[in-house]
Amino acid sequence: MTAAPTTAPREAFTGQVGFILAAIGSAVGLGNIWRFPGVAYENGGGAFLIPYVVALLTAGIPILFLDYAIGHRFRGAAPTALRRLGGARAGRLLEGLGWFQVAIAFVIGLYYTVVIAWALSYFVFSFDIRWGDDPAGFFTGEYLRVSDPGLSLDFVPGVLLPLVLVWIATIAVLGLGVAKGIQRANVIFLPLLLVGFLALVVRALFLDGSAAGLNALFTPDFAALVNPDVWIAAYSQIFFSLSIAFGIMITYSSYRRRRSNLTAPALVVAFANSSFEILAGIGVFATLGFFAVQQGVAVGELEGLTGVGLSFITFPAIVAEMPGGPIFGALFFGSLVMAGFTSLLSVLQVVSAAFQEKFGVGPRAAAATIGGVSAVLSILLFSTTSGLIALDTVDHYVNNLGIVGSAVLTTVLVILVLRRGAELRGHLTAVSTFPVGRIWTVLVGALAPLVLGFMLVSRIIALLTEGYEGYPPLYLGIVGWGSLLLIAVLAVALTALRWRRSPDDFTPWPAPHQLPTSTTGGSR
Amino acid sequence: MTPTAILFLVLAIAVVWGGLTASLLVLRARPERADYPAGGEHDQREDAGPVERDT
Repeated sequence: MTAAPTTAPREAFTGQVGFILAAIGSAVGLGNIWRFPGVAYENGGGAFLIPYVVALLTAGIPILFLDYAIGHRFRGAAPTALRRLGGARAGRLLEGLGWFQVAIAFVIGLYYTVVIAWALSYFVFSFDIRWGDDPAGFFTGEYLRVSDPGLSLDFVPGVLLPLVLVWIATIAVLGLGVAKGIQRANVIFLPLLLVGFLALVVRALFLDGSAAGLNALFTPDFAALVNPDVWIAAYSQIFFSLSIAFGIMITYSSYRRRRSNLTAPALVVAFANSSFEILAGIGVFATLGFFAVQQGVAVGELEGLTGVGLSFITFPAIVAEMPGGPIFGALFFGSLVMAGFTSLLSVLQVVSAAFQEKFGVGPRAAAATIGGVSAVLSILLFSTTSGLIALDTVDHYVNNLGIVGSAVLTTVLVILVLRRGAELRGHLTAVSTFPVGRIWTVLVGALAPLVLGFMLVSRIIALLTEGYEGYPPLYLGIVGWGSLLLIAVLAVALTALRWRRSPDDFTPWPAPHQLPTSTTGGSR
Repeated sequence: MTPTAILFLVLAIAVVWGGLTASLLVLRARPERADYPAGGEHDQREDAGPVERDT
């Protein structure tokens, strides 16, 4: 009888390129297209580049390294990997943190699909400019049929159909597994997204007024650099854009072979994500410049420069005025669908992988179960007339409190309480071509918790004192704080359930004495 | 476009796309380490794996 392996065989990306494409597909999402351009414009324009790059180098890339190190060294989805990291002393606590991250991903999956469904509808609407000359009225009225904040069971058929399609596609891809599903989807969609979006940017640059838009985006306002809010905006943008600290990159890096380069691909992923943001900034503001000139106003006087407003109200209005508008609209909404879909896959793989490991099921069963439950909830909560407001509220609370809280807890527990910085840094350096210095431990152990902790506390205070968007306090309590409570309850409940096969019989590789940061061996 | 805006457009592209190009070149020059520590055999499979059920 041969000795049983210490861990069951895992699925894997077929190689480095497949992993990098999937990780870029995850990082490049809706936020790159609809959030970065407006945030950069509102926070110093060209001068925003300085805090943005500083945030990328001091927080984005270091936390990305941390996620990669945890997932790759402890070879599992967030609950498995964090439990193994915690060991006998703190395993259950860290497993709980892992499930907290999984629950965040679960909730995000519920509404992220809805936005992709809207974009899919608008992709089709582009061909005949269905919204006519009143895109705002069309979006909230004819398309979404928005009601007052509340809980409605009045389904909107126009949203229901594309939403069901998005869920079917998602469940199918996740069920095919990591290599044949997720990796293949990214290998197809990421190049298509790049080509489609490049075509859009080139077209935008040749529009009348594009220079005015680019002037607005890139003219620096250096006074902004002394405003702490601008720096927080830069750290937030980098943080939310890179898909870090809620299990995605832990999960993806756990599907790499043990002998895999980690840090150099992480740099490629991080810079590729930011490169796409710069490209989106150019495309979006060249287009907004055209619109401002058409309206005879300055770019600064335009409304709806970020998020849902930019995508589903401002852009449709521009498409309606533009020669060749239908093609431009199709490129824009097609890009949103593809960028969103590849990110959605990564969000839901966090949930799927965690369930596969805890309950000993295969990817197909996990995708069908989780996808099925999520699809029903997503349809019930967000394809109704109250969907838009619910989505906006849940998104705000889950991102600003849930993900940021998860990041603070992870960095504090792993680096400051359990003191695992040297081990993880040693792991990264032992398997990677780009060595990680001591400064990394300082960045993820001190700077990141400080900046993110400040963001978290100031947001909690703002939500408690000012509320959000003027929605009724009772509604915010139930939907906003309620979704955070649900996430916490899910985390506790799922931690309490029994493992189908204990994950604790696990030996990390390289062994502690093989790490370059080891005090008993190694050279560095 | 104004010269300042052009300067910052070029700077943004140079820093961020330059960072991407540099990291791609670093990765291409040395995709993997040649000297991994001993051990670390593959623990992966590419298929979905056998379904496990309680008896």
